[in-house]
Amino acid sequence: MNRDTHRRLVFFGSFVVAVILAIMPFPKWAEPFRPDWMGLVLIYWCLTVPERVSVGTGWLLGFIQDALYGSLLGSNALGKTLIAFLTVRLHLQLRMFPRWQQAVSVFGLLIANQLLVLWIRGAIGQAPDTFSYWTPSVVGALLWPWLFVLLRDFRRHGGLT
Amino acid sequence: MINVFGRSISAPSHFTRFIILSTLSISLMMLDHRGHHLEKIRAGLNVLAYPIQLIAEVPAYVGHGVVDFFTTRRSLREDNEKLLAQQQTQLAKLQQFDALEEENNRLRRMLGSAARIADKALAADLVEVSAEPFTRKIVVSKGSQDGVYVGQPVIDAHGIMGQVTQVAGSVSRITLITDAGHAIPVLNNRSGLRALVFGTGDPDSLKIPYLTASADIKEGDTFVSSGMGGTFPPGYPVAQVVKIINDQNEAFLAITAKPAAQLNHGKQVLLIWPGNLPKVGNPK
Repeated sequence: MNRDTHRRLVFFGSFVVAVILAIMPFPKWAEPFRPDWMGLVLIYWCLTVPERVSVGTGWLLGFIQDALYGSLLGSNALGKTLIAFLTVRLHLQLRMFPRWQQAVSVFGLLIANQLLVLWIRGAIGQAPDTFSYWTPSVVGALLWPWLFVLLRDFRRHGGLT
Repeated sequence: MINVFGRSISAPSHFTRFIILSTLSISLMMLDHRGHHLEKIRAGLNVLAYPIQLIAEVPAYVGHGVVDFFTTRRSLREDNEKLLAQQQTQLAKLQQFDALEEENNRLRRMLGSAARIADKALAADLVEVSAEPFTRKIVVSKGSQDGVYVGQPVIDAHGIMGQVTQVAGSVSRITLITDAGHAIPVLNNRSGLRALVFGTGDPDSLKIPYLTASADIKEGDTFVSSGMGGTFPPGYPVAQVVKIINDQNEAFLAITAKPAAQLNHGKQVLLIWPGNLPKVGNPK
């Protein structure tokens, strides 16, 4: 296997795992605690290799999410594009941050995405009424430091620097 | 620099790409929401997504398998006995039911109104539950091949679950009555009061807005479908009132209800073809 295919497999594999985690059936009580796996993985790659993964990948990922969720086609695509754009824009600062501060920024990015999706769903009259709509972002930010280390090992293993 | 038709141009900046993709997303959303022009694309996407959904189901499936394996013989025998007893009593009731239905139809004919035709039903297996958090939708294993149509009512043993909102070849997506975008016309079983039951996005709660303090409604009241609007057949249980809050500062009562159907239990749902509504599809 040449080096380039290997690299592509690393991206592709991480995204596929994120997609599967995002739609895996959960018990009902645990559902509000499911973080936005696709968003988190997207942020990681936009942060570390912005020249390879950026808004285009974000849009495609969001589009796949819309197709899988059956939500309004384009709503999550727009949210993920926004996440990717902001992360690529800020990637130099974000890389310098200590881990906890990075987690706070990730929280901001995830909330921006959720807010955008909430507006869109509100506009078509499908806004959820519950407060627990926001918990995935909190869980996502808390998971970030661990996910960062995990994906970093995965990236080094895959020969991406 | 990238090469397009022999000419080298520089790749557009992130910002340009962001603007282009955002415009694309917004136009997609408008097409999807306003015109419903994307039904075919959606159906295709659903087919493509099916294998991924199957893979995602594996851990839950294995978990259920392990639990089933360790279900003891004794509990199976107990279940069996219970079910047999249940069947006996239900058979006894059914005998009466046939006679009553006949009598009812005879009386209706005497009154000059159309006899109520029994609703046709088709059982479908659940394929996937709650993919997107806070939207209450399920996917079942029957599609347009089986005559399923958009807007078709879906019930379980206890009441109305929701309606079909997307159909592909062999699967279809059902929006449950608890979805934040769903509303259903109902009738209070006790007082005959008409109302609308809205979903909240919460798995076990519904709301009944737009009722004033003078409305004849009590905690514990059952609401059945009224058949208005033509989507749902009349007479199926929909919700039971749990709590009524009468805040003097608000124009309307804040009424919370719970769905009659067991939306979070079981592996099967029933798709029905209402007998006394204009038919769109037919079961095989």
